[in-house]
Amino acid sequence: MTHDHPDHDHHHDNELDPFAARVKALETILVEKGLIDPAAIDAIVDTYEHKVGPRNGARVVAKAWSDPEFAEWLKRDATAAIASLGYMGRQGEHMQAVFNTEDTHNLVVCTLCSCYPWTVLGVPPVWYKAPPYRSQAVINPRGVLAEFGLILPEDTRIRVWDSTAELRYMVVPTRPVETEGLGEDELARLVTRDAMIGTGLPLMPGSREPGAVWPPEAGNGAAS
Amino acid sequence: MNGPHDLGGQMGFGPVAPETNEPVFHADWERRALGVTLATGAFGAWTIDESRHARESLHPAVYYSSSYYEIWIRALETLLERYGFVAADELLAGHKIWPGVTPKRVLHENDVAAVLSRGGPCNRDVSTEPRFKPGDRVRTINEHPEGHTRLPRYARDKTGTIEAVREGFVFPDSNAHGKGENPEHVYTVCFDGRELWGQRADPALTVSIDAWESYLEPA
Repeated sequence: MTHDHPDHDHHHDNELDPFAARVKALETILVEKGLIDPAAIDAIVDTYEHKVGPRNGARVVAKAWSDPEFAEWLKRDATAAIASLGYMGRQGEHMQAVFNTEDTHNLVVCTLCSCYPWTVLGVPPVWYKAPPYRSQAVINPRGVLAEFGLILPEDTRIRVWDSTAELRYMVVPTRPVETEGLGEDELARLVTRDAMIGTGLPLMPGSREPGAVWPPEAGNGAAS
Repeated sequence: MNGPHDLGGQMGFGPVAPETNEPVFHADWERRALGVTLATGAFGAWTIDESRHARESLHPAVYYSSSYYEIWIRALETLLERYGFVAADELLAGHKIWPGVTPKRVLHENDVAAVLSRGGPCNRDVSTEPRFKPGDRVRTINEHPEGHTRLPRYARDKTGTIEAVREGFVFPDSNAHGKGENPEHVYTVCFDGRELWGQRADPALTVSIDAWESYLEPA
């Protein structure tokens, strides 16, 4: 249990939650009218809970680190390069990959709603959709990064990409040092979701942090 | 519209508070909210622009006190009522009372994978040549429409540089209101942090937006 309620078993989805009742009512009406197929809802949920998530993006980054031709393709036509690995579709129709360099750090936000590259990162985390991040990322990105424990040198340029149209951005971080011998699978384990939003950096080899472990451990999201 | 959603540069919302090992969903109703939102979107009754406008049209007090899935569901109820799929008395009762409108499409389980992997591309051919090229200096318009727009307030009436000419995309300001796709060229426009936030801004900051052509004038 890693959710923010360490003191008790906190159920948001019991009968007392008014929003659970509201969504249940809506689904019930739509099913009774034959307008939605409950099994289709299950399939959508299963897709974003178990199939489409930041592991996809981590594979894209690891391939870009390992294969200069793929990296060039990713720079030039990210939608096609990413689709070559099988990741395409909803909220990834028009992809742009933005590459960190020694002197520039990229950060992605959607100040107007919650635009996010679902095909490579899955559905966005709560903080990405919430007012504190959306308001501060464009005016005080260093303050935001510090909250994630990321302190950049003062002369590192920060480029913030506000996703105001239908382009969806993923950050390609720079490859960590001392990873020369690693294969794509090992490299992918170093690529965190936050590194691909720009609120983090990749893990160092040998780090005990989980990296882009996804889907979350069984039970992690079931009843928190 | 100058709505509650237009958050860039606002203050007072507190820390970002990232959650360690955040689960994909925090409650079962969030799973259903995602699924119902996507499945009803597949009706083809409204566009993504109209659904965004329904969300940003929530009263600011409601918008700021709602989680994002709550915002989605509140806006979805509005859309379902607007198009006659669901009536207000049904939402109160939690059951079907009226037959309601039949949608163009109902999403079935077998079609989910194909529909999700096809997505909804918004790029369109534009008959005119792009007005701007990379390196051009441009100024964003100073307009405050009551309807939907994707030019955020913090980037209005500001001077920036065209970094990239993108494809033509459906114009949200008209498409959200059923007034046609009217595609326009889209540009990535870079602003120096000090142009947006004044002399105290981080000197190493550049912010870009993606702007439809009619949001821009030559500088």
